[in-house]
Amino acid sequence: MPQLPYLLCTLAFGSFAITVIARFVMWARLPMHVRWELYPVPHEPADTARYGGSFMEETDWWKKPRKPSQLGAIKATLPEVLLLSSVKAHNRQLWLRTYPFHLGLYLVGAATGLALLTGILSALAPTLLAGSLGRFAHELVRALGVLGLALGCMGAVALLIRRLTLPALRAHTVPVDIFNLAFFIVTFACALLTFVLVDSHADKAMAFAANLASFHWEPLPGARLDWILPSATVTLASALIAYIPLTHMSHFVGKYFAYHAIRWNDRPNLAGGPQEAKIAKLLAFKVSWAADHIQGGGKKTWADVAMENPTEAKK
Amino acid sequence: MTKPVTFRSFSLGDGPITRMAAWDQTPLPPPFDKLEDEPCIGSIADDVRAKYAGLDDTIALNIPKPTSPEEEERLVNGFLAGLRRLFSAPDNWTFLQPFLFSVEHCARCQTCSDACHIFEESGKNELYRPSFRSEILRRIYFKYVKGASTFVHGDIELNWQTVTRLLELAYRCNLCRRCAQTCPMGVDNGLMAREIRKIASQEMGIHPKELHEGGSMLQLKVGSSTGMNPEVLKSNMEFIDEDTSERTGIKVVTPFDKKGADILLIHNAGEIMAWPENIGAFSLLFNQAGLNWTMSSEAPAYDGINYGVFYDDVQFARTALRHMQVAQKLGVKKIVLGECGHAHKALTVIADKVLTGGLNIPRESCMPVLRDIVRSGAIRFDKGRNDFPVTLHDPCNYVRLMGIVSPQREILGQVVPKERFREMTPHGVNNYCCGGGSGFAIMSGRNFASWRHHLTGRRKFRQILQAFQSEPMDGGHPKYVCAPCSNCKGQMRELIAFYKAHEKAGLHYGGIVELMVNAMADAKPGYINWEWH
Repeated sequence: MPQLPYLLCTLAFGSFAITVIARFVMWARLPMHVRWELYPVPHEPADTARYGGSFMEETDWWKKPRKPSQLGAIKATLPEVLLLSSVKAHNRQLWLRTYPFHLGLYLVGAATGLALLTGILSALAPTLLAGSLGRFAHELVRALGVLGLALGCMGAVALLIRRLTLPALRAHTVPVDIFNLAFFIVTFACALLTFVLVDSHADKAMAFAANLASFHWEPLPGARLDWILPSATVTLASALIAYIPLTHMSHFVGKYFAYHAIRWNDRPNLAGGPQEAKIAKLLAFKVSWAADHIQGGGKKTWADVAMENPTEAKK
Repeated sequence: MTKPVTFRSFSLGDGPITRMAAWDQTPLPPPFDKLEDEPCIGSIADDVRAKYAGLDDTIALNIPKPTSPEEEERLVNGFLAGLRRLFSAPDNWTFLQPFLFSVEHCARCQTCSDACHIFEESGKNELYRPSFRSEILRRIYFKYVKGASTFVHGDIELNWQTVTRLLELAYRCNLCRRCAQTCPMGVDNGLMAREIRKIASQEMGIHPKELHEGGSMLQLKVGSSTGMNPEVLKSNMEFIDEDTSERTGIKVVTPFDKKGADILLIHNAGEIMAWPENIGAFSLLFNQAGLNWTMSSEAPAYDGINYGVFYDDVQFARTALRHMQVAQKLGVKKIVLGECGHAHKALTVIADKVLTGGLNIPRESCMPVLRDIVRSGAIRFDKGRNDFPVTLHDPCNYVRLMGIVSPQREILGQVVPKERFREMTPHGVNNYCCGGGSGFAIMSGRNFASWRHHLTGRRKFRQILQAFQSEPMDGGHPKYVCAPCSNCKGQMRELIAFYKAHEKAGLHYGGIVELMVNAMADAKPGYINWEWH
């Protein structure tokens, strides 16, 4: 089936999107939890956030306007996402390996996105990218792609070596950790080989992306290695794209909640405010904890058990 | 150190799986830099070892070893039942999202390890690695609850030894959450330890007696975990007022049960028993500043302790609600928490998502209130009266976990000569726990106290010594460790006694209000009693 690579790719992107959305919805729909913030919280005003301070350093803080700084949150988030700043700050040896890996992923992602965008634009407005702009886009995809693959591959190899040789990491390593890194290494290496041996100008890759984006699923040209390597790359990459969000590597979704809903979530429940109604619903949940001092049994609510005094019940 | 602990050895045998040796540890700064001169960890009698489940050099929970297959099964099944409830929204809405995230997203990179004072001071013993207990919990969950592949989630053998050791191991963490600060993902091993404690308490009825029977239950029964009832409270407070009046030359009367007061001040009642000068200093400062305030003599609102915050959500909610009911009855405008870190976090932050309607009365820390008193100029301070070296300990519960960093430093800036103040390294939100956090400060059963001094408190003791290294380190040169938190102060008291640091290095500890009153220009000098430690 000559259209199989296109189908695999489409299914992989679809699966990726659906799984990521499902994960996002899952995290978002979890019930409100108690406050569990951890300082520094970067959306505090800059002069306070600098040393990790909070609005609770003020008396009568509930009477004062509270304006969390979105700029502060963005200024903390960007280096975290783009530079992996907390790994850099707290584990420099790991950062030297994981940053090239992540940067490689970003660059490959950017190259893929740009190639697909180029394909869509070429289909919609063929003249738009016919000239120098098109050539620039092509070269940019080629450069980002090959640099990303090289960095990603090197980073994954370095991470694997570290995981297998450092006793503290090896003791906690489970087979899938090795499988995951090996999966990246094989996929990136295959793509690099394709680039070096059969598609050094990225013409085939660009054509594939254009066909994929415009749904003109023409068979990949070529024979033997010319066909095998690109097909293998597409197959491996498709499997990897579909696989990532099914694993703990979907932390790019969960981490949003870890920071915004947990670590930086300092939103107080002000008297008469909107959170009180939600809290009332949570306190109506039935408790099943079985210890003697609770004996929830799935019948009492949280409000019930909180009002009970187990020392009085024993009188 | 004995043979390194592994996930496999965690389930084998029924005795301790690791023992500390003095040479595993890094020497402290002078004059405590000789490992061979350090006091030993107290031993546990053989008959106790034979009777109770073992993990390491100490025992916190005293879980009897099962004597029949049925008892073994009961332990395992009880644990699994509790573990399932942690993933249930009705049973664990309080922490479900943070817990689930920490279960699912650890990258096993061990970035957290170096942030843990216990792991570091143990000589990097694997058992105390902050991710070790979390990983055991994860492996049990995925293998025995979810039935997932060990290829993906790792293997662990589940038997009564695994269960009892994991419950014990939950009490080898101060819940200071310093490791969580460093996790690139946001995984929180402190939270994981607390969730394991919840399985033990809320499902299996297993808890350290100091926290439960002698802690939250006693508080619910009598009004205070000190055992102090309202009558004894009033009597103690009369004594404190008299003593403070005599020592300062200023008449002090602590107001009680004043309806409609602006402030209900809630202390940790342990202060009333152990550090009355702290309570007296508060009363004096609040009176002199002209605040409209009161204390309550109704149980349990004269004791801000809420040990549920360390191990049990239900006990936590019960205590918090009762505090708020008294405040509501008094009709006060706000609650101010005295120098007690966990009371701060319990009532101000965590209870925030439990309170509605008339119970949702604003709560705040005493630090900004005291800072405002200093700023107001209502009291004159003479820094010269505090002409001795001072360092400041940052209690995790209201510094790292509430972001209250600056007020206490501003206060010290006004009552201590600048050149006499030394910051610890690191400090502020990056501080190290005193080692008494999460209830450890009051847990002394068996040899737990000496174990804690050797491991959990050692980093703080090291920091204190480092802060004062430019001073003559002998008993003739007094140095003040300002620890504005009751549990932290308890830990300081024991650390100083354990290492004989008062005699050998001149260390003295106390709160922040004692320093303020010691510097009050209108009071008689000498409020701090250097001989009492």
